[in-house]
Amino acid sequence: MTEQATPASPLEADIETIGALMDKGPSKPPRSQWRDVWDQFRKHKGAVFGGGFLLLITFAVVFGPYIWDVDPKALDIRNKNWRPVYTLLWDGGANAGWAHPFGTDQLGRDILAQMISGGRVSMAVGWLAMGLALVIGTAVGVIAGYFKWLDFWLMRFTDLVLSLPILPLVLLAVTLFRQPLNSRFGPEGGMFILIVSVIGLTSWMQTARIVRGDILALKEREFILAARSIGTTSGKIIRRHLLPNVISPIMVSATLGLATAIITESALSFLGVGFPSDYPTWGKLLADAVPRMQDFPERVLLPGIAISLTVLGVNYLGDGLRDALDPRIRGR
Amino acid sequence: MLTFTIRRLLLSIPTLLLISLVIFGLLQLAPGDPMAQVPLTVPPEVKQKMREALGLGQAWYVQYYKWLVQFFWIEPKVFVDYLTNSSTLLGWLPDTSLYNGELRVISWQTRSPVMDIVAQRMPQTLWVVGLSYIVGIVIAIPIGIYSAYRHYSVFDQAGTFITMVGFSIPPFFTGPLLIVIFSVYLGWLPSIYDTTHVVNDWASFKVQFFQMIMPVMVLALQTTAQISRYMRGAMLDNLNQDYVRTARAKGLKEGVVVMVHVLRNSMIPVVTVIALGMPAIFGGAIITENVFKVNGIGQLLLTALFANDLPMVMTLTFIFAILIVLFNLIADVLYGLLDPRIRYD
Repeated sequence: MTEQATPASPLEADIETIGALMDKGPSKPPRSQWRDVWDQFRKHKGAVFGGGFLLLITFAVVFGPYIWDVDPKALDIRNKNWRPVYTLLWDGGANAGWAHPFGTDQLGRDILAQMISGGRVSMAVGWLAMGLALVIGTAVGVIAGYFKWLDFWLMRFTDLVLSLPILPLVLLAVTLFRQPLNSRFGPEGGMFILIVSVIGLTSWMQTARIVRGDILALKEREFILAARSIGTTSGKIIRRHLLPNVISPIMVSATLGLATAIITESALSFLGVGFPSDYPTWGKLLADAVPRMQDFPERVLLPGIAISLTVLGVNYLGDGLRDALDPRIRGR
Repeated sequence: MLTFTIRRLLLSIPTLLLISLVIFGLLQLAPGDPMAQVPLTVPPEVKQKMREALGLGQAWYVQYYKWLVQFFWIEPKVFVDYLTNSSTLLGWLPDTSLYNGELRVISWQTRSPVMDIVAQRMPQTLWVVGLSYIVGIVIAIPIGIYSAYRHYSVFDQAGTFITMVGFSIPPFFTGPLLIVIFSVYLGWLPSIYDTTHVVNDWASFKVQFFQMIMPVMVLALQTTAQISRYMRGAMLDNLNQDYVRTARAKGLKEGVVVMVHVLRNSMIPVVTVIALGMPAIFGGAIITENVFKVNGIGQLLLTALFANDLPMVMTLTFIFAILIVLFNLIADVLYGLLDPRIRYD
């Protein structure tokens, strides 16, 4: 600057400085954070497939009954034990046909319809239990991170719940409380409420720990100080400033929670403490088919593959989300 | 470090007490009558007497206190007696005979002490679970090392995909699937684990080996998937560090750099993950034992639950809790021992 020739007038000098500050090329249109996240997410092939598959399965089980409107509980004993339609490829005389694409079970119930209605229950349990766990975990994490005097006790409580034997306790709770809930809400509703709440109440701890850690770091930042200095109340600070900033770890643990909830529900049904047989879920369908799997392997394979692919898709989605939401990885 | 270990040990006592209270409370809240299986012809006043004989008539805190005394005072005495009396390890010590006929934790199903049954079932679970864990670790660590070393190679991509699949397929699906393939179609392996089988020569060892393959592999798949992911992540974190470049620059062989310098540093988090995963494997064994009909403690818990055998359920769940607290403690202590940068005090 000092080397430059002295400008003729002060006004000219101003123009000179502003010109130096101006960008040379045309400025790019502003990009929002979520657009960046989406661009990074799209690069992760597995995550896109996983997320797509999860959407597909969810749509299939939500709208499936309207397209394939066969009653999954309708007995048709004359047409029992049909094989899936693909067995016709190598065995022309097989008992199969397009009337029941996935075959029928030992009571003649359509397996495709059962898979759809079972998937409905499994996915509903998964989404609801995950939501419950997220709400509890986020609440505990935010409160523990924000209010210092509650931190110690809430975290000790979280540690205590973390050292509970989860699967035995879930088994215990489901077997012991099945009767009273069934008599109040009916065998299906009671079991649904019980399983969702038991899974939700036993899987919020990781979310709480992650959220608390992030809140502890965020709380010391200047924008929170600024918000407080203009008299924002604690509730407003949490809702307007803290929660939007911890949304990424919450989303990542949501995917993990969805996967574990689906697996736990299926495991419970498999062990015989889940839903009753006439209200099948994927796990129950699998468990019921195991004794006859030598003759009808597809009845084990179909629900098993449905569970595995859904969980695989959710896990890949979580992997991609973790990469996309991490600003250190994003843009590389 | 020692003070930290002692402090953690002391802190685990109230934790365990609280956990036992939670389990006990859950069992108390639950409806369900141990006399439900008794025939209806038994008159109600006799049933009431039977209930009282099981210790059910008292207030809950009396029941809880009695359970605590039985579990933490009388059972250890029985165990010490067993050790000094009939075990081969400590049998040379003089017989202590601490136990003189106090009431132990009694199962409502079999009317025999719960801990005796647990001691009978434990070896099966330990064999299957322990072996599967070792097999899983032995497979997982090389996969993790190699896929981190050849980051983004075909092996890495395939390894990541396979571990992801192994992570996602639940054991109650892999179990029946393996049974259908290897027992039904191929006929190579037995589908049921025979716990009465005695190994005394090569042929019987082979039978034992073959019947253990499937349950061990089903459990090991989960372990492998989890640990190789951690191993790969830890190796990747370390491979780009400055000390690795220094080691290469001073002319160390690539094998020494990776297998000594990087591996030792990457093992620190992995060892703690291995310790923390131990209790979860016991939980997973509940399902695997059910699939392959292994009569271990997982299967014992299930049958006790269905039979409404509350003392058995309480004790078994508490044993699972002890395992979790113990391995959490081990993980913390190991972390401090392995990584001198960690200071707990």
